[in-house]
Amino acid sequence: MKWMSMKNWVLCGLVLATMTGCHPDLWNQDRYEPLESGASVFGEGESSARMLVEGTVPYQGAKLDDAYYRGRNTNGELLTALPEQMTLSRELLKRGQERYGIYCSPCHGDQGAGDGMIVQRGFVPPTNFSAPRLLESPVGYYFEVMTNGFGRMYSYASRIPVEDRWAIAAYVRVLQLSQNATPDLLTDELLNKAKNPPAPKVEAGHGAGHEADNHENKEEAKGEH
Amino acid sequence: MISLNGKGNSVAPVFPPGVNSLVRWSIAGGVVLVLTVVGLASALYWSPLVTDVNVAKEQPVPFSHHRHVSANGIDCRYCHTTVETSSFAGIPPTETCMTCHSVILNDQEMFKPVVDSWESGKPMEWTRLNDMPDFVYFNHSIHIDKGIGCNHCHSNETAKIEDMRLTVKAQTFHMSWCLDCHKDPSQYIRPKDEVFNMDWEPGSVDAKNSYEAFGVANQEELGAKLVKDYNVEVEQLTNCSICHR
Ligand code: HEC
Ligand code: HEC
Ligand code: HEC
Ligand code: HEC
Ligand code: HEC
Ligand code: HEC
Repeated sequence: MKWMSMKNWVLCGLVLATMTGCHPDLWNQDRYEPLESGASVFGEGESSARMLVEGTVPYQGAKLDDAYYRGRNTNGELLTALPEQMTLSRELLKRGQERYGIYCSPCHGDQGAGDGMIVQRGFVPPTNFSAPRLLESPVGYYFEVMTNGFGRMYSYASRIPVEDRWAIAAYVRVLQLSQNATPDLLTDELLNKAKNPPAPKVEAGHGAGHEADNHENKEEAKGEH
Repeated sequence: MISLNGKGNSVAPVFPPGVNSLVRWSIAGGVVLVLTVVGLASALYWSPLVTDVNVAKEQPVPFSHHRHVSANGIDCRYCHTTVETSSFAGIPPTETCMTCHSVILNDQEMFKPVVDSWESGKPMEWTRLNDMPDFVYFNHSIHIDKGIGCNHCHSNETAKIEDMRLTVKAQTFHMSWCLDCHKDPSQYIRPKDEVFNMDWEPGSVDAKNSYEAFGVANQEELGAKLVKDYNVEVEQLTNCSICHR
């Protein structure tokens, strides 16, 4: 009994052989993934993500609103309050705190003292955010530094979207306040806590309890800057 | 001798006497052969030769996640900026390296390719490690937004992403691996604010803290709650068109 002719076997073999050949074509198709190299249209070995041509304007349109995009009012003075697009809220400060932790604390430290890990590894130490000159700098100044960079510090404009830069700027003001709070800024409840501090918890990770309190204060004192 | 006609007349055997055992052996041998081929093929399918799991590749500079993340506490998002908002996690441009290395280590010989790239404006060419075939669609932001942690996909028992001295691929990314979770994400889902916590995995110390915070006993209960809270549409997650579009 013959259940398959020789011809069929040969055909089968051919089909199987072509199938192995298919693999790379479908696995690596004629389209480019982000940053994939070899986009021959642009020249061999170049990345699929193109460098911007000098003077490129973002397609959302030119950023003409100086207050929002540059932190300065129409007279060219630094903003002393958030621009109208932003509203101060607990959420905004929380967002600012999170983003500050990602992008700023490696150098400026959790408390803004300028003693972050990268500074401990040899980076130039920035000024403490609680220095008198910086306490007096308006919120627009912080936005401007993030946007344009400052001395040894590079610009963060390409990595932090505008709203997040404002959130960080607002958070930095709150951070400064928390480091330099005077009793009249505190609610009665917090004032009580400060006068009668709870017995310090003895924990392995020392200072953890204290830090938590500190964060709470920051949020309670919001909106005062 | 084999008797065929019942009269005791012996007929010359068609097959010589050894054949019975030969047949038995060849059946056994056939089975063994098939098993070996299947075994070898699947060993190959799962082996690092094909999956690249735990295999370090040549890179222009020996970038170490251990040095930057574990030792210096830098958040993934400082470098992989688009992981929360886009399908592509993002490989940092040279400028990101230079925010720190304009001062640190920039005079070292092994660091020269980065400085050269910065000065010439020609991007670094990192060797890609995790690479889906082009017929599969993958998206980071949706996983991050629904509480799937980086370490579930980029760490394994022996290689943790935050401790890698040279980066390696940590999971096979076979279809069955993706489906293991897509069939029932509650096994692995975590609170969103733990996505960047590389120590969080079901049953770990940090996970137990989450169970306590959510007032649940274990991953099963937490998973069921989060799948509901985050509106994960489990029924459609195994549709072919989710990943092959
Ligand atoms: C890689 C380290 C690094 C990071 C990250 C960093 N900075 Fe800086 N920053 C510096 C250094 C160093 C200086 C001082 C530069 C100088 O004096 O040349 C500085 C200066 C500043 C100043 C000006 C202080 C002054 O003296 O007037 C502000 C404001 C500031 N940084 C805010 C930020 C914010 C907000 C972030 C997060 C988005 C950030 N920085 C992230 C290193 C860093
Ligand atoms: C200081 C910048 C930096 C930080 C912080 C960082 N990475 Fe990376 N990462 C890189 C660079 C550069 C590469 C490309 C070189 C390589 O593969 O080692 C990379 C590669 C990767 C890859 C492999 C990419 C590929 O080729 O498939 C993964 C996955 C990854 N990072 C995940 C993470 C996670 C998760 C974190 C946070 C725990 C993190 N990274 C933090 C810079 C960083
Ligand atoms: C936030 C700051 C920061 C960023 C961003 C950063 N590094 Fe580093 N890098 C460091 C520090 C700090 C060290 C450790 C220096 C030391 O220990 O003396 C380091 C060390 C290194 C080393 C030496 C590794 C080793 O094992 O000793 C290499 C290579 C390196 N970085 C490459 C890169 C590359 C490539 C990038 C860009 C993708 C990058 N770094 C981005 C801070 C940074
Ligand atoms: C559900 C699994 C999964 C999770 C969770 C995940 N990744 Fe990935 N990652 C992948 C896959 C799959 C690829 C390959 C993507 C491709 O080839 O298109 C990848 C690729 C990458 C790359 C290379 C660049 C790219 O996008 O292709 C980086 C960097 C990376 N991941 C970082 C991260 C970080 C940081 C996190 C956590 C915030 C994370 N990943 C979470 C599966 C995951
Ligand atoms: C640990 C769990 C887990 C793993 C592993 C996982 N996923 Fe997912 N995936 C999810 C969850 C949860 C969602 C969100 C579903 C929802 O929102 O309804 C999702 C959604 C998706 C989506 C839908 C995106 C959209 O825009 O609708 C795609 C595509 C996807 N995953 C592909 C993959 C691929 C490919 C892999 C393997 C490389 C993978 N996933 C691995 C949990 C996982
Ligand atoms: C969760 C995402 C996901 C879903 C859903 C999914 N696939 Fe896949 N599929 C993949 C990935 C990832 C690969 C690549 C496997 C590899 O790299 O080895 C793949 C590969 C394949 C392949 C190529 C053979 C192989 O295994 O490498 C076929 C055929 C396939 N899928 C068919 C299907 C069909 C049919 C369905 C629906 C029943 C389906 N897939 C649903 C993720 C998915």
